[in-house]
Amino acid sequence: MYVYDEYDQRIVDERVAQFREQTDRFLAGKLTDAQFLPLRLQNGLYIQRLAPMLRIAVPYGLLNTRQLRKLAEITRRYDKGYAHVSTRQNIQLNWPKLEEVPDILADLASVQMHAIQTSGNCIRNTTTDQFAGVATDELEDPRPWCEIIRQWSTFHPEFAFLPRKFKIAVCGSAEDRAAIHTHDIGVELVAGLAGEVGFRILAGGGLGRTPMIGAVVCDYLEKKHLLTYLEAILRVYNQNGRRDNKFKARIKILVKAMGIDAFREAVEQEWATLKDGPSTLTGEAVTRARSFFTRPDYVALDADAAAGALAEKCGEDPIFGNWVTRNTRSHREPGYRIVNISLKATGFAPGDVSDTQLERIADLADRFSFGEVRTTHNQNIVLADVETGHLYELWQSLQSAGLATPNIGYLTDIICCPGGDYCSLANAKSIPVAEAIQARFEALDYLYDLGPLDLNISGCMNACGHHHIGNIGILGVDKKGQEFYQISLGGNQGKDASIGKILGPSFGQEEMPDIMEKILSTYLALREEEETFLDTYRRVGIGPFKERVYAKADH
Amino acid sequence: MQKLIIRGSIVEDAWLPPDPDSPTPGEGRILTLDQWLALADKSGSGVQLEPGQAPAPLLPFVDEIELVAVNFPVFTDGRGFSYARELRERGYRGELRATGHFLRDQLTYLRRCGFDAFQMKEETDLAAALERLHDFSEYYQASIDQPLPLFRRR
Repeated sequence: MYVYDEYDQRIVDERVAQFREQTDRFLAGKLTDAQFLPLRLQNGLYIQRLAPMLRIAVPYGLLNTRQLRKLAEITRRYDKGYAHVSTRQNIQLNWPKLEEVPDILADLASVQMHAIQTSGNCIRNTTTDQFAGVATDELEDPRPWCEIIRQWSTFHPEFAFLPRKFKIAVCGSAEDRAAIHTHDIGVELVAGLAGEVGFRILAGGGLGRTPMIGAVVCDYLEKKHLLTYLEAILRVYNQNGRRDNKFKARIKILVKAMGIDAFREAVEQEWATLKDGPSTLTGEAVTRARSFFTRPDYVALDADAAAGALAEKCGEDPIFGNWVTRNTRSHREPGYRIVNISLKATGFAPGDVSDTQLERIADLADRFSFGEVRTTHNQNIVLADVETGHLYELWQSLQSAGLATPNIGYLTDIICCPGGDYCSLANAKSIPVAEAIQARFEALDYLYDLGPLDLNISGCMNACGHHHIGNIGILGVDKKGQEFYQISLGGNQGKDASIGKILGPSFGQEEMPDIMEKILSTYLALREEEETFLDTYRRVGIGPFKERVYAKADH
Repeated sequence: MQKLIIRGSIVEDAWLPPDPDSPTPGEGRILTLDQWLALADKSGSGVQLEPGQAPAPLLPFVDEIELVAVNFPVFTDGRGFSYARELRERGYRGELRATGHFLRDQLTYLRRCGFDAFQMKEETDLAAALERLHDFSEYYQASIDQPLPLFRRR
């Protein structure tokens, strides 16, 4: 993974000093709330319902074990002994003290971490595929490009006060695991006509109040032009994005208002003045970025022998075998597997991980996965490079730490924002709904019978829980001070991304498990052969679900 | 007369502020964009851009204009950052002044985008603000103060 040199370290250290001065001025009454707000947000600090919340950047989801242990220590020292993995691969602390935040940032800086631009109307953390570099369907590793974008966007002087927040995601594989179609800019590595790899650039995707799928701004961009092209898009947005209405300020509204052709023309016009300028990437810059994402020191293994031994072990211990089937994925290196650690055990808020669990994961990553882990936008953690021969020992250790719930990709692997329990923006709680659904549908046979199913829950329109792109989406709404939940069906992330359709009137919290049961039984009754929930929904439409859920006799 | 920071020093303002209602603003006064557009001879002129007034009409006259002020009515409206860069990238070398309600915490960004003068409506301690023109000693990306990105200098 990327390692800081003296430049990177100096920039992060100077940021700590800068934020300490700003916090001191605020505490001394020399900065008003309104003035401090954007300054602290650009450092990931929110003032929440019960306490501040600090969002720590995890650039494109990569962490080493030194960083994991430092995070565990920080949660113990400054917080309540747990952290939360967000839907943008970052780590959140729910209970820091405002006056201690500069100290937390100094501790983070000691392990090459920070909270720069994790919130505010600026360019946020760039996200990518959690299986980057090891996926079998990868055209090219997206991480060097993420790092190039990270550096370019960090303290970019022109784009720190944009109309609204700005999120970039990069995808280098056949399957889109980075949700690039619902980002302000989606960058996709694609093969050009002559076979050389370049970028397709999408813009104007997003969730929130007005969910939209991104449109293609540039079908093929030579790699060296990446930064100048991004700069041109941002410049058009910074000057023309709406600033009169927060809900219409994202780039998706601008792209829609101008139309993609006029938007593209404006970008190309701006680009003409930037193209081939000093920000054009050099071969050395790309080689340097790539040098940090090399192949780890894999042991040469016989794929067939490894698979045979694993099958035997799975036969001996079916509980282990089930975990292997559900939570591990194929790896491009013979004899290795990708391991997903589920942070979705029933009884814990989705994405929460305790200090001791962080340390356990760090120990296991050191022993079995080259000392690195990845956070995922599904709010889980990945050990990317595990020898199949080590899986059993790894699984036993995960199990004893409550980290082996075999539900990756199934109904109870819920994406869920912190919701009204923590967040001051939320209209409704989201965690209790997730927990009630997890408790109701805990039986594994039933879960597996349902097949792969994304259930995404957001506590408000800001859609941090990505409810629009869940196969089943749940949105918390406020009706005259009461919390209700609106359901949408048919959303999907990936290259055939779709926005879910609202089922109908919303429900109270206590009704939600029953309503879910009706939706799921409708699917089971209607599905043909091996259809997933999404397949069935796309074939039959929303009608049958609506009829069943709102049937008079039942309601 | 309120003082301002020009090229790292605290000085008196040599210009009079814009007077949008005057049909004949006279010598030494900063003009609104409309007044400036009506001006026959642009040499030695000073003009103020508001948010939403991109600098395109100024670009043919970059060698004649003496002062461009960019107004920040609220510090969270960042359009002026792009205006400044565009002006500098198209060859404007005169005084480029940020004026309005921005914070000392934004001075480094403003300076990097090409501003060399800062008229801060809410700042009471210009000497303290002056210290904040260089919050960082190194930068990743190209800008007006450092045209080469770090990857070309590393």
